[in-house]
Amino acid sequence: MKILYFAWIRQRIGKSSDELDVPQEVATVSDLIGWLQSRGAGYAAAFADRDALRMAVNQEHVDAAHPVSNGDEVAFFPPVTGG
Amino acid sequence: MIRVQREDFDLAVEIAALTGGRPGIGGVVSFTGLVRDFSTGKQVSAMTLEHYPGMTEKELARIDAEACARWPLEACLVIHRYGRLQPGEQIMAVVTASAHRQAAFEAAEFLVDWLKTKAPFWKLEAGEQGDSWVEAQASDDEAAARWEKP
Repeated sequence: MKILYFAWIRQRIGKSSDELDVPQEVATVSDLIGWLQSRGAGYAAAFADRDALRMAVNQEHVDAAHPVSNGDEVAFFPPVTGG
Repeated sequence: MIRVQREDFDLAVEIAALTGGRPGIGGVVSFTGLVRDFSTGKQVSAMTLEHYPGMTEKELARIDAEACARWPLEACLVIHRYGRLQPGEQIMAVVTASAHRQAAFEAAEFLVDWLKTKAPFWKLEAGEQGDSWVEAQASDDEAAARWEKP
């Protein structure tokens, strides 16, 4: 699974992406957040405030209940501020 | 039509290209967003726009298609820049053209409102107190919600 991080989430984790083999019990974006949080202090800090998180699966906005599987491109970012 | 680019753009050139050869256009509306030198009480010396290459283009294309589906537009353009910009520089523009003004005005407002809440861009402001990420505004969500279909 390709996982991308943007803005302050990228800064807290210290990199812009991961390429990870995700265990089968990770079925949703919410599961993925929980699994990533255990990977280190930077991840824990990035995902501490779930209300501040927005996410996309395969480049479409989704909510945390959306399913994920290896082969997906998943992205985490704060609320967007373009324009 | 949508474009995501680092370079600046010339709105007059863009409008001329968009309207050329389309004599059915009776009105053109454009909106240009600029980098301000202030933000909630602090000075801003520069702004860096980060985006999600790939998804940005898809989201803008989706928003552009939605505008064309809702209003009788003859032409439509969204340009959004990324990278480091100085106060006064252009960030983005939308241009809408239609036979009559109302569709062009409404579609332009819709495009800006929707891209502010849907297109994956993030602004990092540099100032005297260091760098800070711009926070999303509830007023932007409210502006976008006006266009949700019942």
